[in-house]
Amino acid sequence: MLTKRIIPCLDIKAGRVVKGVSFVGLRDAGDPLELARRYNDQSADELVFLDITASHENRGLTLELASRLAKELFIPFTIGGGISTLEDIRAIVSAGADKVSVNTAAIHNPDLITQGALHFGSQCMVVAMDVKQTGPDRWEVYTHGGRNPTGLNAVDWARECQNRGAGEILLTSMDRDGQKSGFDLEITAQISGSLNIPVIASGGGGTMDHFYQALTIGKADAVLAASVFHYGTYTVNQVKQALAGRGVPMRLTEQPDVEETGAIEPGNKS
Amino acid sequence: MKPRIAIIHYNVGNLQNLKNALDYQNLPAEFVTRPEELSGFSHVILPGVGAFQTAMDHLRGQEMDQAVQEIVALGTPLLGVCVGMQVLFSASQENGRHQGLGIVPGQMVRFPDKPGLKVPHMGWNTVAFTRQDPLLEGIPDHSHFYFVHSYRGVLETPDDGLGLTDYDGLFPSIVRRGNVWGVQFHPEKSQNPGLALLANFSRIA
Repeated sequence: MLTKRIIPCLDIKAGRVVKGVSFVGLRDAGDPLELARRYNDQSADELVFLDITASHENRGLTLELASRLAKELFIPFTIGGGISTLEDIRAIVSAGADKVSVNTAAIHNPDLITQGALHFGSQCMVVAMDVKQTGPDRWEVYTHGGRNPTGLNAVDWARECQNRGAGEILLTSMDRDGQKSGFDLEITAQISGSLNIPVIASGGGGTMDHFYQALTIGKADAVLAASVFHYGTYTVNQVKQALAGRGVPMRLTEQPDVEETGAIEPGNKS
Repeated sequence: MKPRIAIIHYNVGNLQNLKNALDYQNLPAEFVTRPEELSGFSHVILPGVGAFQTAMDHLRGQEMDQAVQEIVALGTPLLGVCVGMQVLFSASQENGRHQGLGIVPGQMVRFPDKPGLKVPHMGWNTVAFTRQDPLLEGIPDHSHFYFVHSYRGVLETPDDGLGLTDYDGLFPSIVRRGNVWGVQFHPEKSQNPGLALLANFSRIA
Protein backbone atom coordinates (compact mmCIF):
# COMPACT_ATOMS: atom_id res chain seq x y z
CA MET A 1 0.00 0.00 0.00
CA LEU A 2 1.23 3.48 -0.85
CA THR A 3 2.22 5.20 2.36
CA LYS A 4 1.65 8.79 3.41
CA ARG A 5 4.88 10.78 3.58
CA ILE A 6 6.37 12.81 6.41
CA ILE A 7 8.67 15.50 5.07
CA PRO A 8 10.87 17.69 7.24
CA CYS A 9 11.51 21.06 5.66
CA LEU A 10 14.73 22.95 6.10
CA ASP A 11 14.76 26.66 5.33
CA ILE A 12 18.25 27.60 4.23
CA LYS A 13 19.79 31.03 4.46
CA ALA A 14 23.45 31.49 3.59
CA GLY A 15 24.07 27.78 4.04
CA ARG A 16 22.39 27.52 7.47
CA VAL A 17 18.99 26.21 8.50
CA VAL A 18 16.48 28.75 9.74
CA LYS A 19 12.78 28.55 10.48
CA GLY A 20 10.58 31.55 10.89
CA VAL A 21 7.46 31.86 12.96
CA SER A 22 4.96 33.20 10.46
CA PHE A 23 8.00 34.38 8.49
CA VAL A 24 9.07 36.87 11.15
CA GLY A 25 11.92 36.46 13.61
CA LEU A 26 14.15 33.84 12.05
CA ARG A 27 16.12 31.61 14.38
CA ASP A 28 19.15 29.56 13.47
CA ALA A 29 18.40 25.88 13.88
CA GLY A 30 21.55 24.27 12.65
CA ASP A 31 23.69 22.86 9.92
CA PRO A 32 21.69 21.57 6.93
CA LEU A 33 23.72 18.44 6.32
CA GLU A 34 23.69 17.54 10.00
CA LEU A 35 19.92 17.92 10.20
CA ALA A 36 19.43 16.07 6.93
CA ARG A 37 21.43 13.08 8.23
CA ARG A 38 19.42 13.09 11.41
CA TYR A 39 16.10 13.10 9.56
CA ASN A 40 17.33 10.40 7.22
CA ASP A 41 18.17 8.24 10.25
CA GLN A 42 14.72 8.98 11.65
CA SER A 43 13.04 7.56 8.50
CA ALA A 44 12.02 10.85 6.93
CA ASP A 45 10.38 9.95 3.62
CA GLU A 46 11.77 12.94 1.76
CA LEU A 47 13.42 16.24 2.55
CA VAL A 48 12.65 19.73 1.28
CA PHE A 49 15.18 22.56 1.34
CA LEU A 50 13.95 26.07 0.71
CA ASP A 51 16.62 28.64 0.00
CA ILE A 52 14.88 31.66 1.48
CA THR A 53 17.47 34.16 0.38
CA ALA A 54 18.25 32.68 -3.02
CA SER A 55 20.56 35.54 -3.82
CA HIS A 56 23.10 34.97 -6.51
CA GLU A 57 26.05 34.38 -4.18
CA ASN A 58 24.09 31.94 -2.02
CA ARG A 59 22.97 29.87 -5.01
CA GLY A 60 26.41 28.31 -5.16
CA LEU A 61 26.14 27.25 -1.51
CA THR A 62 22.79 25.61 -2.21
CA LEU A 63 24.11 23.71 -5.22
CA GLU A 64 27.07 22.55 -3.17
CA LEU A 65 24.71 21.39 -0.44
CA ALA A 66 22.60 19.45 -2.98
CA SER A 67 25.66 17.72 -4.31
CA ARG A 68 26.87 16.73 -0.82
CA LEU A 69 23.39 15.50 0.15
CA ALA A 70 23.09 13.36 -2.96
CA LYS A 71 26.33 11.56 -2.16
CA GLU A 72 25.22 10.24 1.20
CA LEU A 73 21.44 10.39 1.55
CA PHE A 74 19.46 7.96 -0.54
CA ILE A 75 15.97 9.39 -0.19
CA PRO A 76 14.34 11.93 -2.51
CA PHE A 77 14.91 15.59 -1.84
CA THR A 78 13.54 18.83 -3.24
CA ILE A 79 15.18 22.23 -3.48
CA GLY A 80 13.22 25.44 -3.83
CA GLY A 81 13.60 29.17 -3.46
CA GLY A 82 14.22 31.74 -6.14
CA ILE A 83 13.98 29.31 -9.04
CA SER A 84 12.84 31.26 -12.08
CA THR A 85 14.39 29.74 -15.20
CA LEU A 86 14.95 26.38 -16.84
CA GLU A 87 18.65 26.95 -16.26
CA ASP A 88 18.03 27.25 -12.50
CA ILE A 89 16.18 23.93 -12.61
CA ARG A 90 18.88 22.28 -14.65
CA ALA A 91 21.60 23.40 -12.22
CA ILE A 92 19.73 22.07 -9.22
CA VAL A 93 18.83 18.75 -10.83
CA SER A 94 22.39 18.33 -12.07
CA ALA A 95 23.66 18.91 -8.55
CA GLY A 96 21.61 15.90 -7.45
CA ALA A 97 18.20 17.13 -6.33
CA ASP A 98 15.26 14.96 -7.39
CA LYS A 99 12.73 17.75 -7.56
CA VAL A 100 12.57 21.51 -7.60
CA SER A 101 9.92 23.61 -6.01
CA VAL A 102 8.79 26.73 -7.85
CA ASN A 103 6.56 29.40 -6.39
CA THR A 104 6.51 33.11 -7.29
CA ALA A 105 8.19 32.66 -10.65
CA ALA A 106 5.52 30.15 -11.68
CA ILE A 107 2.80 32.68 -10.91
CA HIS A 108 4.50 35.38 -12.98
CA ASN A 109 5.40 32.91 -15.72
CA PRO A 110 3.22 29.76 -15.62
CA ASP A 111 5.04 28.51 -18.71
CA LEU A 112 7.94 27.68 -16.37
CA ILE A 113 5.84 24.77 -15.06
CA THR A 114 5.01 23.58 -18.58
CA GLN A 115 8.59 23.83 -19.80
CA GLY A 116 10.02 22.37 -16.61
CA ALA A 117 7.73 19.34 -16.86
CA LEU A 118 8.58 18.94 -20.54
CA HIS A 119 12.34 19.04 -19.99
CA PHE A 120 12.72 17.35 -16.62
CA GLY A 121 9.46 15.40 -16.19
CA SER A 122 6.44 16.13 -14.05
CA GLN A 123 7.96 14.15 -11.18
CA CYS A 124 10.57 16.90 -10.93
CA MET A 125 8.16 19.84 -10.73
CA VAL A 126 6.69 20.71 -7.35
CA VAL A 127 4.62 23.87 -7.35
CA ALA A 128 4.59 25.58 -3.97
CA MET A 129 1.62 27.81 -3.30
CA ASP A 130 1.15 30.05 -0.29
CA VAL A 131 -2.50 30.70 0.47
CA LYS A 132 -4.51 32.85 2.87
CA GLN A 133 -8.18 32.65 3.62
CA THR A 134 -9.67 35.94 2.45
CA GLY A 135 -13.34 35.21 3.02
CA PRO A 136 -15.80 32.44 3.72
CA ASP A 137 -14.88 29.64 1.33
CA ARG A 138 -12.31 31.81 -0.42
CA TRP A 139 -8.56 31.29 -0.37
CA GLU A 140 -6.18 33.42 -2.35
CA VAL A 141 -2.64 32.77 -3.52
CA TYR A 142 0.03 35.07 -2.07
CA THR A 143 3.66 35.64 -2.96
CA HIS A 144 6.71 37.07 -1.20
CA GLY A 145 6.22 35.25 2.07
CA GLY A 146 2.55 36.11 2.28
CA ARG A 147 2.89 39.85 1.67
CA ASN A 148 1.56 40.17 -1.85
CA PRO A 149 -1.91 38.98 -2.92
CA THR A 150 -2.10 37.73 -6.49
CA GLY A 151 -5.84 37.72 -7.01
CA LEU A 152 -5.61 34.03 -7.92
CA ASN A 153 -8.13 31.67 -6.41
CA ALA A 154 -6.24 28.84 -4.72
CA VAL A 155 -8.22 25.93 -6.18
CA ASP A 156 -8.16 27.40 -9.70
CA TRP A 157 -4.43 27.97 -9.56
CA ALA A 158 -3.79 24.45 -8.25
CA ARG A 159 -5.80 23.06 -11.18
CA GLU A 160 -3.85 25.12 -13.64
CA CYS A 161 -0.56 23.88 -12.15
CA GLN A 162 -1.74 20.30 -12.60
CA ASN A 163 -2.85 20.95 -16.17
CA ARG A 164 0.55 22.43 -16.96
CA GLY A 165 2.33 19.31 -15.76
CA ALA A 166 3.13 19.92 -12.09
CA GLY A 167 3.89 16.64 -10.34
CA GLU A 168 2.91 17.77 -6.86
CA ILE A 169 1.45 20.74 -5.01
CA LEU A 170 3.11 21.99 -1.84
CA LEU A 171 0.32 23.90 -0.14
CA THR A 172 1.21 26.29 2.67
CA SER A 173 -1.38 28.07 4.72
CA MET A 174 0.09 31.47 5.54
CA ASP A 175 -2.49 31.91 8.29
CA ARG A 176 -1.14 28.83 10.02
CA ASP A 177 2.55 28.73 9.15
CA GLY A 178 4.73 28.53 12.24
CA GLN A 179 1.70 28.77 14.55
CA LYS A 180 1.57 25.07 15.43
CA SER A 181 -2.21 25.45 15.59
CA GLY A 182 -2.98 22.80 13.00
CA PHE A 183 -3.05 22.66 9.21
CA ASP A 184 -5.81 24.43 7.29
CA LEU A 185 -7.84 21.29 6.69
CA GLU A 186 -10.55 22.90 4.62
CA ILE A 187 -8.44 24.25 1.78
CA THR A 188 -6.15 21.21 1.89
CA ALA A 189 -9.12 18.87 1.42
CA GLN A 190 -10.59 21.08 -1.31
CA ILE A 191 -7.41 21.16 -3.33
CA SER A 192 -6.52 17.50 -2.77
CA GLY A 193 -10.05 16.51 -3.74
CA SER A 194 -9.94 18.62 -6.92
CA LEU A 195 -6.65 17.25 -8.24
CA ASN A 196 -5.24 13.87 -9.16
CA ILE A 197 -1.65 14.77 -8.30
CA PRO A 198 -0.34 14.51 -4.72
CA VAL A 199 -0.76 17.41 -2.30
CA ILE A 200 1.71 18.12 0.49
CA ALA A 201 0.15 19.98 3.42
CA SER A 202 2.34 22.57 5.09
CA GLY A 203 2.00 25.27 7.70
CA GLY A 204 0.73 24.69 11.19
CA GLY A 205 1.79 21.19 12.22
CA GLY A 206 2.35 21.18 15.98
CA THR A 207 0.81 18.04 17.44
CA MET A 208 0.28 14.40 16.45
CA ASP A 209 -3.40 15.21 16.00
CA HIS A 210 -2.55 17.91 13.47
CA PHE A 211 -0.61 15.48 11.31
CA TYR A 212 -3.33 12.88 11.62
CA GLN A 213 -6.03 15.35 10.63
CA ALA A 214 -4.10 16.67 7.61
CA LEU A 215 -3.69 13.14 6.23
CA THR A 216 -7.27 12.07 6.91
CA ILE A 217 -9.73 15.00 7.01
CA GLY A 218 -7.38 17.15 4.89
CA LYS A 219 -6.84 14.27 2.41
CA ALA A 220 -3.19 15.27 2.05
CA ASP A 221 -0.75 12.75 0.58
CA ALA A 222 2.12 14.07 2.64
CA VAL A 223 2.78 16.55 5.41
CA LEU A 224 5.67 18.92 5.66
CA ALA A 225 6.87 20.42 8.92
CA ALA A 226 9.92 22.19 10.29
CA SER A 227 9.81 23.57 13.83
CA VAL A 228 8.43 20.46 15.53
CA PHE A 229 11.30 18.48 14.12
CA HIS A 230 14.07 21.08 14.33
CA TYR A 231 13.43 21.83 17.97
CA GLY A 232 13.00 18.18 18.86
CA THR A 233 9.36 18.29 19.95
CA TYR A 234 9.00 14.99 18.10
CA THR A 235 11.30 12.86 16.02
CA VAL A 236 10.06 11.93 12.57
CA ASN A 237 9.89 8.32 13.78
CA GLN A 238 7.68 9.25 16.71
CA VAL A 239 5.22 10.96 14.39
CA LYS A 240 5.24 8.03 11.97
CA GLN A 241 4.74 5.46 14.70
CA ALA A 242 1.89 7.42 16.25
CA LEU A 243 0.19 7.78 12.86
CA ALA A 244 0.69 4.11 12.01
CA GLY A 245 -0.88 3.27 15.35
CA ARG A 246 -3.96 5.19 14.23
CA GLY A 247 -4.19 3.31 10.96
CA VAL A 248 -2.42 5.72 8.59
CA PRO A 249 -0.18 3.80 6.16
CA MET A 250 3.42 4.66 7.02
CA ARG A 251 6.85 3.44 6.05
CA LEU A 252 8.38 2.30 9.31
CA THR A 253 11.96 1.10 9.37
CA GLU A 254 13.74 -0.96 11.94
CA GLN A 255 16.54 1.49 12.27
CA PRO A 256 17.21 2.77 15.76
CA ASP A 257 15.81 6.18 16.42
CA VAL A 258 19.19 7.81 16.89
CA GLU A 259 19.77 10.79 19.10
CA GLU A 260 16.34 10.74 20.67
CA THR A 261 17.37 13.57 22.90
CA GLY A 262 19.14 15.49 20.20
CA ALA A 263 16.95 18.54 20.22
CA ILE A 264 18.81 21.36 18.62
CA GLU A 265 18.92 24.46 20.73
CA PRO A 266 18.35 27.75 18.98
CA GLY A 267 21.68 29.32 18.21
CA ASN A 268 23.60 26.08 18.53
CA LYS A 269 26.26 26.32 15.84
CA SER A 270 27.72 22.85 16.23
CA MET B 1 35.80 -11.03 -8.32
CA LYS B 2 35.28 -7.30 -8.07
CA PRO B 3 32.37 -6.21 -10.26
CA ARG B 4 32.76 -3.57 -12.91
CA ILE B 5 29.42 -1.92 -13.54
CA ALA B 6 28.44 0.04 -16.63
CA ILE B 7 25.64 2.60 -16.33
CA ILE B 8 24.28 3.28 -19.79
CA HIS B 9 24.16 7.06 -20.18
CA TYR B 10 21.74 8.10 -22.89
CA ASN B 11 20.66 11.61 -22.03
CA VAL B 12 17.64 10.70 -19.92
CA GLY B 13 17.77 12.81 -16.79
CA ASN B 14 20.20 12.87 -13.94
CA LEU B 15 21.95 9.54 -13.55
CA GLN B 16 24.49 10.73 -11.01
CA ASN B 17 22.34 9.58 -8.08
CA LEU B 18 22.48 6.00 -9.28
CA LYS B 19 26.26 6.23 -9.44
CA ASN B 20 26.32 7.88 -6.01
CA ALA B 21 24.45 4.89 -4.56
CA LEU B 22 27.07 2.53 -6.04
CA ASP B 23 30.03 4.74 -5.08
CA TYR B 24 28.74 4.92 -1.52
CA GLN B 25 29.07 1.13 -1.34
CA ASN B 26 32.45 1.04 -3.06
CA LEU B 27 30.96 -0.63 -6.12
CA PRO B 28 32.93 0.56 -9.16
CA ALA B 29 30.62 2.03 -11.77
CA GLU B 30 31.22 4.02 -14.94
CA PHE B 31 28.97 5.82 -17.38
CA VAL B 32 28.98 4.42 -20.87
CA THR B 33 27.60 6.22 -23.92
CA ARG B 34 28.80 4.11 -26.89
CA PRO B 35 28.11 0.44 -27.66
CA GLU B 36 31.81 -0.36 -28.16
CA GLU B 37 32.56 0.86 -24.62
CA LEU B 38 30.34 -1.83 -23.11
CA SER B 39 32.81 -4.68 -23.39
CA GLY B 40 34.70 -5.65 -20.26
CA PHE B 41 31.93 -4.79 -17.82
CA SER B 42 30.64 -7.52 -15.52
CA HIS B 43 27.23 -5.87 -14.98
CA VAL B 44 25.14 -3.33 -16.86
CA ILE B 45 22.52 -0.94 -15.50
CA LEU B 46 20.00 0.67 -17.84
CA PRO B 47 18.52 3.67 -16.02
CA GLY B 48 15.88 6.07 -17.28
CA VAL B 49 13.64 8.96 -16.32
CA GLY B 50 10.94 10.64 -18.37
CA ALA B 51 8.98 9.43 -21.35
CA PHE B 52 9.17 5.93 -22.84
CA GLN B 53 9.42 7.09 -26.41
CA THR B 54 12.15 9.65 -25.67
CA ALA B 55 14.14 6.95 -23.91
CA MET B 56 13.78 4.55 -26.85
CA ASP B 57 14.69 7.30 -29.33
CA HIS B 58 17.88 8.09 -27.42
CA LEU B 59 18.79 4.41 -27.08
CA ARG B 60 18.36 3.91 -30.83
CA GLY B 61 20.15 7.18 -31.59
CA GLN B 62 23.21 5.92 -29.71
CA GLU B 63 22.80 2.42 -31.17
CA MET B 64 22.46 1.17 -27.64
CA ASP B 65 19.27 -0.80 -28.38
CA GLN B 66 21.24 -3.42 -30.33
CA ALA B 67 24.11 -3.31 -27.86
CA VAL B 68 21.76 -4.08 -24.98
CA GLN B 69 20.35 -7.06 -26.88
CA GLU B 70 23.88 -8.30 -27.50
CA ILE B 71 25.06 -8.12 -23.91
CA VAL B 72 21.87 -9.86 -22.80
CA ALA B 73 22.57 -12.64 -25.33
CA LEU B 74 26.08 -12.94 -23.89
CA GLY B 75 24.61 -13.56 -20.44
CA THR B 76 25.80 -10.35 -18.78
CA PRO B 77 23.49 -9.43 -15.88
CA LEU B 78 21.38 -6.39 -16.81
CA LEU B 79 19.28 -4.26 -14.46
CA GLY B 80 16.71 -1.82 -15.84
CA VAL B 81 15.62 0.96 -13.48
CA CYS B 82 12.32 2.88 -13.78
CA VAL B 83 11.95 3.85 -17.47
CA GLY B 84 15.01 1.64 -18.00
CA MET B 85 12.80 -1.23 -16.83
CA GLN B 86 9.87 -0.08 -18.94
CA VAL B 87 11.84 -0.13 -22.19
CA LEU B 88 12.68 -3.81 -21.55
CA PHE B 89 9.00 -4.52 -22.24
CA SER B 90 7.62 -5.21 -25.72
CA ALA B 91 5.70 -1.95 -25.97
CA SER B 92 4.16 0.98 -24.15
CA GLN B 93 0.89 2.79 -24.62
CA GLU B 94 2.46 6.07 -23.50
CA ASN B 95 1.27 8.76 -25.96
CA GLY B 96 0.30 6.24 -28.63
CA ARG B 97 1.90 2.86 -29.01
CA HIS B 98 5.67 2.48 -29.02
CA GLN B 99 7.91 -0.52 -29.41
CA GLY B 100 10.31 -1.35 -26.63
CA LEU B 101 13.30 -3.68 -26.57
CA GLY B 102 11.01 -6.69 -26.24
CA ILE B 103 13.24 -8.50 -23.76
CA VAL B 104 10.38 -8.90 -21.27
CA PRO B 105 7.14 -9.84 -23.08
CA GLY B 106 4.42 -7.44 -21.98
CA GLN B 107 3.03 -3.93 -22.20
CA MET B 108 3.27 -0.73 -20.21
CA VAL B 109 -0.21 0.69 -19.64
CA ARG B 110 -1.32 3.88 -17.90
CA PHE B 111 -2.89 3.80 -14.46
CA PRO B 112 -6.60 4.44 -14.95
CA ASP B 113 -8.02 7.93 -14.70
CA LYS B 114 -10.47 7.67 -11.86
CA PRO B 115 -11.51 9.67 -8.80
CA GLY B 116 -9.31 9.13 -5.80
CA LEU B 117 -6.43 7.54 -7.71
CA LYS B 118 -3.51 9.92 -7.90
CA VAL B 119 -1.27 9.58 -10.91
CA PRO B 120 1.73 9.44 -10.94
CA HIS B 121 2.00 6.72 -8.34
CA MET B 122 4.45 8.66 -6.22
CA GLY B 123 5.97 7.77 -2.89
CA TRP B 124 6.96 4.76 -0.82
CA ASN B 125 5.14 1.51 -1.44
CA THR B 126 5.78 -2.09 -0.44
CA VAL B 127 7.00 -4.87 -2.70
CA ALA B 128 5.88 -8.45 -2.09
CA PHE B 129 8.45 -10.94 -3.37
CA THR B 130 7.01 -13.86 -5.34
CA ARG B 131 10.05 -16.11 -4.79
CA GLN B 132 13.64 -16.11 -3.63
CA ASP B 133 16.16 -14.51 -5.92
CA PRO B 134 19.79 -13.41 -5.67
CA LEU B 135 18.64 -9.80 -6.31
CA LEU B 136 16.54 -9.89 -3.13
CA GLU B 137 19.06 -11.62 -0.84
CA GLY B 138 18.76 -10.33 2.72
CA ILE B 139 16.05 -7.76 1.90
CA PRO B 140 12.93 -8.25 4.04
CA ASP B 141 9.81 -9.15 2.07
CA HIS B 142 7.36 -6.20 1.91
CA SER B 143 10.16 -3.64 2.17
CA HIS B 144 9.29 -0.11 1.07
CA PHE B 145 10.75 1.34 -2.11
CA TYR B 146 10.36 4.79 -3.66
CA PHE B 147 8.19 4.96 -6.79
CA VAL B 148 7.42 7.68 -9.34
CA HIS B 149 5.63 6.50 -12.46
CA SER B 150 2.37 6.77 -14.39
CA TYR B 151 2.53 3.50 -16.35
CA ARG B 152 2.55 -0.04 -14.98
CA GLY B 153 3.68 -3.28 -16.52
CA VAL B 154 1.32 -6.00 -17.68
CA LEU B 155 3.31 -9.21 -18.21
CA GLU B 156 2.52 -11.82 -20.81
CA THR B 157 4.22 -14.38 -18.59
CA PRO B 158 3.19 -13.70 -15.00
CA ASP B 159 6.15 -15.80 -13.81
CA ASP B 160 8.43 -12.96 -14.92
CA GLY B 161 7.09 -10.97 -11.95
CA LEU B 162 9.57 -11.21 -9.08
CA GLY B 163 7.99 -8.49 -6.95
CA LEU B 164 4.43 -7.20 -6.82
CA THR B 165 3.10 -3.86 -5.63
CA ASP B 166 -0.46 -2.79 -4.97
CA TYR B 167 -1.66 0.45 -6.50
CA ASP B 168 -5.18 0.11 -7.86
CA GLY B 169 -4.44 -3.62 -8.03
CA LEU B 170 -1.20 -5.56 -8.16
CA PHE B 171 1.41 -4.79 -10.79
CA PRO B 172 4.92 -6.20 -11.31
CA SER B 173 7.38 -3.81 -9.64
CA ILE B 174 10.34 -6.19 -10.07
CA VAL B 175 10.67 -8.38 -13.15
CA ARG B 176 13.17 -11.03 -14.07
CA ARG B 177 13.69 -12.94 -17.27
CA GLY B 178 16.91 -14.97 -17.37
CA ASN B 179 19.85 -12.67 -16.73
CA VAL B 180 17.72 -9.54 -17.06
CA TRP B 181 16.15 -7.82 -14.06
CA GLY B 182 14.04 -4.69 -13.97
CA VAL B 183 12.74 -2.54 -11.12
CA GLN B 184 10.01 0.06 -11.51
CA PHE B 185 11.06 1.93 -8.35
CA HIS B 186 14.24 3.91 -7.74
CA PRO B 187 16.65 1.78 -5.68
CA GLU B 188 19.03 4.76 -5.51
CA LYS B 189 16.30 6.67 -3.64
CA SER B 190 15.01 3.81 -1.50
CA GLN B 191 17.45 4.00 1.37
CA ASN B 192 18.69 0.69 2.82
CA PRO B 193 16.57 -1.80 0.84
CA GLY B 194 17.49 0.01 -2.38
CA LEU B 195 21.19 0.10 -1.59
CA ALA B 196 21.05 -3.61 -0.70
CA LEU B 197 19.34 -4.43 -3.99
CA LEU B 198 22.05 -2.64 -5.98
CA ALA B 199 24.76 -4.43 -4.00
CA ASN B 200 23.02 -7.76 -4.60
CA PHE B 201 22.88 -7.06 -8.32
CA SER B 202 26.61 -6.38 -8.39
CA ARG B 203 27.25 -9.79 -6.80
CA ILE B 204 25.24 -11.77 -9.36
CA ALA B 205 27.69 -13.94 -11.26
